Amino acid sequence: MFEYGFMRNAALAILIITPLFGLLGTMIVNRKMAFFSDALGHSALTGIAVGVVLGVTNTNLAMLAFGVFFALLLNYIGSKSASSADTIISVFSSCSVAVGLAILSQGGNFSQYSGFLVGDILSITEREIAYLAVLFLMVLLYYMLCFNWLNAAGIHRTLAKSRKIPVGVMEQLFSVLIAGIVMLSIRWVGILLINALLILPAAAARNLSENMREYHFFSVLFSLYSGVMGLFASYYTNVATGPVIVIFASVLYAATYLYARRHPIT
Amino acid sequence: MKKIRKPCGLHCIKINHLGVRFGEQVILKDVNLHIHCGSMTAVIGRNGAGKSTLIRAILGDVAHEGNIEFKDRENGSVRKLKIGYVPQKINIEKNTPVSVYDLIASYQFRFPVFLKKSRRAEKEIIKALEAFEVEDLIDRQVCNLSGGQLQRVLLAMAVMDEPNLLLLDEPVSGVDPNGMELFYRTMEYLKKNFDLSVILISHDLEYVVKYADKVVLLDQTILKEGSAQEVFQSEAFQKAFGAEGLPGYIRGESEAGPHAAWMGR
Repeated sequence: MFEYGFMRNAALAILIITPLFGLLGTMIVNRKMAFFSDALGHSALTGIAVGVVLGVTNTNLAMLAFGVFFALLLNYIGSKSASSADTIISVFSSCSVAVGLAILSQGGNFSQYSGFLVGDILSITEREIAYLAVLFLMVLLYYMLCFNWLNAAGIHRTLAKSRKIPVGVMEQLFSVLIAGIVMLSIRWVGILLINALLILPAAAARNLSENMREYHFFSVLFSLYSGVMGLFASYYTNVATGPVIVIFASVLYAATYLYARRHPIT
Repeated sequence: MKKIRKPCGLHCIKINHLGVRFGEQVILKDVNLHIHCGSMTAVIGRNGAGKSTLIRAILGDVAHEGNIEFKDRENGSVRKLKIGYVPQKINIEKNTPVSVYDLIASYQFRFPVFLKKSRRAEKEIIKALEAFEVEDLIDRQVCNLSGGQLQRVLLAMAVMDEPNLLLLDEPVSGVDPNGMELFYRTMEYLKKNFDLSVILISHDLEYVVKYADKVVLLDQTILKEGSAQEVFQSEAFQKAFGAEGLPGYIRGESEAGPHAAWMGR
């Protein structure tokens, strides 16, 4: 199967994206940001729409810029408002999706964007793989330098602040990285499934792990495994790759869940 | 348990004219407090009196007026104040893969906890945990600890930095009497063996009488301070906790004193 250039590209992309999903997913789950990342995924449509309106031809760039803006906006409003975070996210997410759909469906042309819903990893180009590689390095750098601070901020904000940890900056940077991974990978895995790929490996890893090292190891491992197996399986069954990856990840989740029920950690 | 340092009794912390407001609303105003090292000050007050805000203001988590000084009593020189903080509860749910090592190392060290354990960090954490006899919990998941165990782990972490002032919320009421006794004994141990002062938000007057060196009655500002006896017998205390503060339909039926009214809350 690797005699095809598009398969080589797809495999390379999977090898970059899935460890990223595994790494970021752990902290998204710990910090209860699953809904936040989901909203970001949906806002991709708005990003494309804004790009169309402003005449930006590079949709990657338009989505990325909008994603970062949207993430920071959600954080800002969340910090100012007395309403609970999920209400705010829901309000802004639905609003942004509506705007996106309205613009993109003008003149009955929405079908050309429907590919975003399911995603197509086989169409990824070398340049886009390079974007992912850069993002991969950024996430790695952030995790090496700031991981403890991010974790501390999630466990108790005031306590972290009392230790002079730059809580706000850590949280904003983390949101920006989530926006980055969501926007750059959404065309390959699809708006409908992106959140599953972020959450499932980490959720499965939680069933088995007692500490942060096991948690991240299993999460990355499960993510990579689902990605690689999903790609192979989709090649031989001629099914879209994203859904197959998610099915593999779901099976892993179910298996770890059953295992954890039999072998509870005390 | 091993002793670490003796309190010197030679320096003090002064909180001058501390005030906090959220927009128009005044939460605290003109709070003046003088704290000697090696002493335990209990802050009491009704719900919404600004006790937690006082702690957050001292920590610098909320903007406030006034200042906090840390002085040598001998020569009056000003030093930098290090504050340790023990929250009432932390944000870790059931089934979260965060071990005691992960918890402490995240606050105390930079080496990323998801990668591998740092030998140096582990050594220092064990040393800190030993002071509270919880070193064998280092690899346990934080979410599986009992309330008392978690409290001691958090205390161990708080004193790792060698703070001059320790701020804490008493464990939520509902902890069993044994647990409370242990908690206050630990506080005694702390102030005797570490060179620090303790400010404690307390909800249980019984233990305040027994253990606090000084009691502060707070409601926006300090209504009364002094020994437990002095504060409990004051008019302000009667107003805040006593029968006078209760609605008439309860006051009519109950002949119990202010103390009982509080306990029955």
